[in-house]
Amino acid sequence: MKAAVVVFPGSNCDRDVQVALTRSMGAASDTKAPSNGAPIMVWHKDADFDKVDLIVLPGGFSYGDYLRCGAMAAHSPAMREVVRRAKAGVPVLGICNGFQMLTETGLLPGALLRNARLKFVCRDVHIRVETSQTLFTSRYQAGAALRVPIAHHDGNYTAGADQLERMEARGQIAFRYCEADGAVTEAANPNGATRNVAGVYNEAKTVLGMMPHPERLADPALGGIDGRPLFDGLVEALS
Amino acid sequence: MKARIHVTLKPGILDPQGKAIQHALGALGFGAVDKVRQGKVIDLELAETDPEAARANLTEMCEKLLANTVIENYAIELDAGPERSTAP
Repeated sequence: MKAAVVVFPGSNCDRDVQVALTRSMGAASDTKAPSNGAPIMVWHKDADFDKVDLIVLPGGFSYGDYLRCGAMAAHSPAMREVVRRAKAGVPVLGICNGFQMLTETGLLPGALLRNARLKFVCRDVHIRVETSQTLFTSRYQAGAALRVPIAHHDGNYTAGADQLERMEARGQIAFRYCEADGAVTEAANPNGATRNVAGVYNEAKTVLGMMPHPERLADPALGGIDGRPLFDGLVEALS
Repeated sequence: MKARIHVTLKPGILDPQGKAIQHALGALGFGAVDKVRQGKVIDLELAETDPEAARANLTEMCEKLLANTVIENYAIELDAGPERSTAP
């Protein structure tokens, strides 16, 4: 599998994603000298990057979250190319700021608003895997509760009522915030997101946006590995 | 030509910042405030002098970047800007 991670001014989770993917790809773990198996890092101004099997939009504060989170990044040359390839079926994973970019480009429906209680929330949460029948979740069981960190100020997912119904019917809800036992409750919702939505797919389930950070819990040294199967599953599906 | 864009949240979109402002006003003694919603103002100075062309350009700017039309409305005011403020 060949993968690309797009780096914007202000991205800060790009190397974490590179490390997580590299591990899953079984390549050298020394990210200063990535082997052929490691993902390529694409600078936002570069619209001309290699053909890859997976594109990742990492977390961070691209363009300082100016105007709206992900709004400026959505118009960078690399993103225009990402949109073009996504429409042609290339899988794209957007994490946190990456999810915000995906909604700003319209590749995913809905929008991410300021957290309902106005605080930047930085802690581990649990999310329930809604379906295991996708490129991204094939290594998980449907209904499994994963522990993953979140760190965001604007993760409050919203979409119109009709839009949500269509998304539910088509299985486009990827993850929901839940208790450790998988129960989807208001108490488990860290940011007020409608229906506890933590991640969504496009209709074809080739594009996934999620607010939590699977790359931050993909190594025992980080305190957990619940995020690892997401990357393992992608490598398996796309190699 | 000067232009002023008002970007506001669509009705029904949750505005926790507006609520926080309402509470803060209440804490200051301004109790008779039923609702607060916060938007943003973007002032631009355009080289374009024709109002029709300016309005068309600004509409495109709003649709593509200045507003997220999933959750925001926008209003365009031509010949408007900071100097028009009524504040002293």
